[in-house]
Amino acid sequence: MHGEGFLFQAFVYLAAAVLSVPVAKRLGLGSVLGYLIAGVIIGPFALGLTGEEGQDVMHFAEFGVVMMLFLVGLELQPSRLWRLRGPILGLGGLQTALTAAALMAACLAFGLSWKAGLAIGLILALSSTAIVLQTLNENGLLQTESGQSSFSVLLFQDIAVIPMLAVLPFLAMQDGAVSVDPAHGAGDKPVWLLTAEVLAVVAAIILGGRFLVRPIFRFIADTRLREVFTAAALLLVIGIAVAMEAVDLSPALGTFLAGVVLADSEYRHELESNIEPFKGLLLGLFFIAVGASMDFHLLTADPGLIFSLVALLILIKFLVLHALALAFKMRPSARWLFSLSLAQGGEFAFVLFSFATQNQILPAAVTNQLVLVVALSMMLTPVLMILYDKLLDPRFQTPKSTREADPIDEVDNPVIVAGYGRFGQIVSRLLSSSGFKTTLLDHDAAQIDLTRRFGAKVFYGDASRIDLLHAAGAGQARLLVLAIDDRDRVVQMAESVRQHFPKLTLLARAYDRRHAYELMRAGVDIIVRETFDSALDMGRRALEVLGYRANQAYRAALKFKHYDEQSLHELYTVWGDDKAYGLRVRQRTEDLETLLQRDRKQLDLAMDHDWHREEDPKTTG
Amino acid sequence: MPDNKRILILFAHPALEKSRVNVRLLRGVRDLNGVTVNDLYQHYPHFLIDVQREHELLEAHDIIVFQHPFYWYSAPALLKEWQDLVLEYGYAYGNDGGALNGKRLINVITVGGAESSYCQQGTNHYTMQELLQPFEQTARFCGMHYLPPFVVHDTLNMRGDGDVLPHVEDYQQLLIALHEDRLPYQSAAGLHRVNANLPELLGSGYAR
Repeated sequence: MHGEGFLFQAFVYLAAAVLSVPVAKRLGLGSVLGYLIAGVIIGPFALGLTGEEGQDVMHFAEFGVVMMLFLVGLELQPSRLWRLRGPILGLGGLQTALTAAALMAACLAFGLSWKAGLAIGLILALSSTAIVLQTLNENGLLQTESGQSSFSVLLFQDIAVIPMLAVLPFLAMQDGAVSVDPAHGAGDKPVWLLTAEVLAVVAAIILGGRFLVRPIFRFIADTRLREVFTAAALLLVIGIAVAMEAVDLSPALGTFLAGVVLADSEYRHELESNIEPFKGLLLGLFFIAVGASMDFHLLTADPGLIFSLVALLILIKFLVLHALALAFKMRPSARWLFSLSLAQGGEFAFVLFSFATQNQILPAAVTNQLVLVVALSMMLTPVLMILYDKLLDPRFQTPKSTREADPIDEVDNPVIVAGYGRFGQIVSRLLSSSGFKTTLLDHDAAQIDLTRRFGAKVFYGDASRIDLLHAAGAGQARLLVLAIDDRDRVVQMAESVRQHFPKLTLLARAYDRRHAYELMRAGVDIIVRETFDSALDMGRRALEVLGYRANQAYRAALKFKHYDEQSLHELYTVWGDDKAYGLRVRQRTEDLETLLQRDRKQLDLAMDHDWHREEDPKTTG
Repeated sequence: MPDNKRILILFAHPALEKSRVNVRLLRGVRDLNGVTVNDLYQHYPHFLIDVQREHELLEAHDIIVFQHPFYWYSAPALLKEWQDLVLEYGYAYGNDGGALNGKRLINVITVGGAESSYCQQGTNHYTMQELLQPFEQTARFCGMHYLPPFVVHDTLNMRGDGDVLPHVEDYQQLLIALHEDRLPYQSAAGLHRVNANLPELLGSGYAR
């Protein structure tokens, strides 16, 4: 059935994803399991719609993992990464070492040589960054204690892949047959040159990210061509991946590093929203490919063996993780989540097993079985998570308050201000000087440069794009201030924000009265006419010049403001009906005059006084 | 003169443009030596009192005058707000308090009703002294000496400059005497209001 060309393959993969993922999500299985099932369905074991190209697809789709780590890096400011150094080295290092040792012992028990055992132990000690991060993220668990611990371990594992690639050739089955794969070779170059190359590339990423990327993005942003910015974002990620591969480093690690470097830049949210869809698709493709590449004939040949191997793998990994969680004093709920979520084999196992077979470290018969075991264990992860969610989590929920006290690192700011011009600046300065974290968005690169010089942190991006607002955290924020100076855009934005983020409180800057009505119709919660208050202030000052005492002028202005805001809401009901509107406007204007004059008289009566009523009628009786 | 006292008038009147008595009283004393006028409603129309500024003003003066019309047997709202914020713990009283120790406080009040109505048989039931007890006790609590009030009664029946002028003159004489520190505090302490008979109280010092 295969070989009908690229379009047909694309059709098969996309159709599988589109059909199975929503169903899986609806059933509460999560998207990862949905993709895996889709892969199994179109794979050779079921429909047989995919063929030899399965491996190529997987290789291509691995790039989704690279992109995911770039995005993870973008979320991690260097300061936060530094704070995680303990868990990364301690927890991650111990997990990898202890799990490898335990698995090696198991292999020895199965009668394998110590070299094969060590190779298998190291490879299987790795967990699946793709599945774990995707699942944790989907369930909003990434910022919890267990989420951060899992992330630390995964990060260490991703780094550990590099030395593993260097060490594995020495575990070849026959001594002296250390043939180093030229693609991953460490042999033909002297160690110092290799080290120098690695350091040079890493330094280039850090320095480039710091000093080169921003002016380039600035230049591109000025063109206002969205697709070029997207192209530039992709170019950045792919370029780094290529550079990393050239020095035999993990591309994922390189893009992660680049992400961390760029986490402080104003282009962070724009980069996120550009890369995100590609990452999602490629990662989905990767999961489908994993599902499709599972060799079920091995399973049917000896289901007992395969399933007990899967159970053994998960059990050993789980026990080591759980012991570590105890040693690191995690709370019970975090402990279970942590050890269940990381108890599978990882995608790097596919790469490393094929590498190990090529280098004759492990016999193909063993690796084929193990690849299936890893794939099955990955497939079981979402299932384990569901079990945790349904069975274990409720037990930790009982004292509700302790659960809410989860040490959640508040990375998401409660306030987003879209438009950092003359208006948005004042709003956000008041909010941040009152201690609220605000995320600022603007699409004028020159303006951003200027404000950054004064210490304000503004992100580049067209705030009218829903995906950018997503990246900026609109899903978690409490309020969004629309302060951009394009009246039609504000209305459009208000409408779509209402639709996508119904819980978000919307505050909008209105150009004038008519604009205010449009915004009311769009469902904006709080509307401020941009010149209204300053004009009122001017009027108040004028009253003072005309001889009003400061407090009287202040009172008149406030009274006027309240009345006018009241009429704004009242007139809104007849807005659109020109005749009724005109009539009501005239009536309200007259009312206002009477009101202000009456207020002044009332004040006079209440306070004092014409000559005959000097001082206080209230106490004269 | 080394012993001259500095006087701070905290003036609270929400509708001064309509006032006749208070405005004249104020005009009569604002240019006297050693007198500072702090016009609260003009300075804080929004009621946002700058406590730091007020503390500095207090520290620079020896005699504090609350000048205001008598609203509902008390001061207008802003002067109450001033007390609530400025006379704070750790400043005016309490540990590390006592910033106002030894200063003098006096109320200068205009009242619509006649003096005769301020007694048990009158419509206002209580005497002025009784009604002003919260001010007196506030002063005592902050370590200040409270002077008998300067009260202008019956302002509703005042018809023109002729009716107000004697009070303006009294007020001027009082502040000059306070400034020069020659008010006989002993004999003044027994009065129900300090301006009951000011020429007699000040003797030869009156109207120099």
